[in-house]
Amino acid sequence: MENFEQLFVEIFGGEWGSMLFSLTTNLLFIFAIVVPLLLGVAYLTFAERKIIAYMQVRVGPNRVTFFGIPWLRGWGQPIADAVKAIMKEIIIPTGANKFLFILAPVLTIMPALAAWAVIPFSPELVLADINAGLLYILAMTSMGIYGIIIAGWASNSKYAFLGAMRSAAQVVSYELAMGFALVCVLMMSQSLNLGDIVNGQQGNSMLNWYLIPLFPMFLVYLISGVAETNRAPFDVAEGESEIVAGFHVDYSGMAFTVFFLAEYSNMILVATLTSIMFLGGWLPPLDLAPFNLIPGFIWLLLKIAFVLFFFLWFRATFPRYRYDQIMRLGWKIFIPITLVWIVLLGLIMQLPESMRNSFPLNIWF
Amino acid sequence: MDRIKKFFSTFLLFELLKGMAVTGRYLFKPKITVHFPEEKTPQSPRFRGLHALRRYPNGEERCIACKLCEAVCPAMAITIDSEQRADGTRRTTRYDIDLSKCIFCGFCEESCPVDSIVETRILEYHGEKRGDLIYTKEMLLAIGDRYEDQIAKDREADARYR
Repeated sequence: MENFEQLFVEIFGGEWGSMLFSLTTNLLFIFAIVVPLLLGVAYLTFAERKIIAYMQVRVGPNRVTFFGIPWLRGWGQPIADAVKAIMKEIIIPTGANKFLFILAPVLTIMPALAAWAVIPFSPELVLADINAGLLYILAMTSMGIYGIIIAGWASNSKYAFLGAMRSAAQVVSYELAMGFALVCVLMMSQSLNLGDIVNGQQGNSMLNWYLIPLFPMFLVYLISGVAETNRAPFDVAEGESEIVAGFHVDYSGMAFTVFFLAEYSNMILVATLTSIMFLGGWLPPLDLAPFNLIPGFIWLLLKIAFVLFFFLWFRATFPRYRYDQIMRLGWKIFIPITLVWIVLLGLIMQLPESMRNSFPLNIWF
Repeated sequence: MDRIKKFFSTFLLFELLKGMAVTGRYLFKPKITVHFPEEKTPQSPRFRGLHALRRYPNGEERCIACKLCEAVCPAMAITIDSEQRADGTRRTTRYDIDLSKCIFCGFCEESCPVDSIVETRILEYHGEKRGDLIYTKEMLLAIGDRYEDQIAKDREADARYR
């Protein structure tokens, strides 16, 4: 690393050299995050189709292989889908606002990818170790809704517009519950830095994870996360059976695929945040020999996969919520629960040290 | 009391967990999909697939151009022209079935007095360009010649019930 920096300084001169060096390393790091992420998205769609098929007593995609290798049957499917999507024509409807129509998918995927900058993959492995990481995540995930609203508006179609309106209302409502749930996390960890949040869960075993003391918040966050990403059972924004495909009804080819990528990378993002904030991020479930020898990166991946499996499981199990039920759940149930929990948590944390220590089995406060 | 019970079962997501348990169980159940080209579902001898024109064992074609099938065909998929042959019998000069119109109702087969037009068990046929699915007399006779054993066996199996 030092040698390379020296090389840059020699070629481009002192000031420019170090600047270009940090630019190059950052770009390489971004690629190292985004490329596996997009591959992960591709195979998440495959996993989704397979798992939902298995839950419906079907077998799912099992034809496309790589070079005819029989035990890889089905594994070529995401690649084939991607090639098909790239080949297709992007149709822009006559009445659509061309600029906004093209801008919308870009605005949707940009925050979904940008939010990954502050995710700590292991104690050292993080692109931007900023102190307001959680705030940045909240800002970025809320940005995604602009893409959806603009897509619905620019399409100049009532179905797309209805989908966009529904999506806007839903995401804004659940943002609140989600934010309150995260307030509990940062009260526990006393930090907005995602790395510090994970370090706050350090202990002998998984009992130290915030999952246990904040279990209701974990559920609220997970369910709000499903609602935030417009996934079943909260997919009224798409609502195939009512408003055809919602906000992206007029999109085709790669423009549609970008929405698709954004939705699935948002899913992975929410799963990652759940693992970081409630399931101890890169920490092993037990701080014992076989577990803590496995690198933290692998543990984080396993936890992400675990949460993602729940996303797919929800989709295979639950029917779509009615619109007013979604609003009722968000405003009348989740927000009161989270508010009560915040007050409770605050009271516990304000208790004098000696009283807190007298709680039986207390390892959290 | 009932209300309290209901409140807790909703609040603890009891019903949702029950639903997820069902789908979770089904994840591990044996799959019932029939892998089509490798595996096939059993067919009845009455299966109504691609049509064929049959011949008598001596090689004479069965069809006597009575045009009952053309008359009964609800989709008007059959077109027949006929003429007197040199030996004085009436024979078809043209026997076309437009398979893109055909609804596979089997009326032609039922109406045929000489068991000439039949529907076989073949279901995997295709056309690659316009007009490929209009089957002419020669094509239908060729199918009949090729699958005569199967066709005869199926008629035999069904004869008691006709």
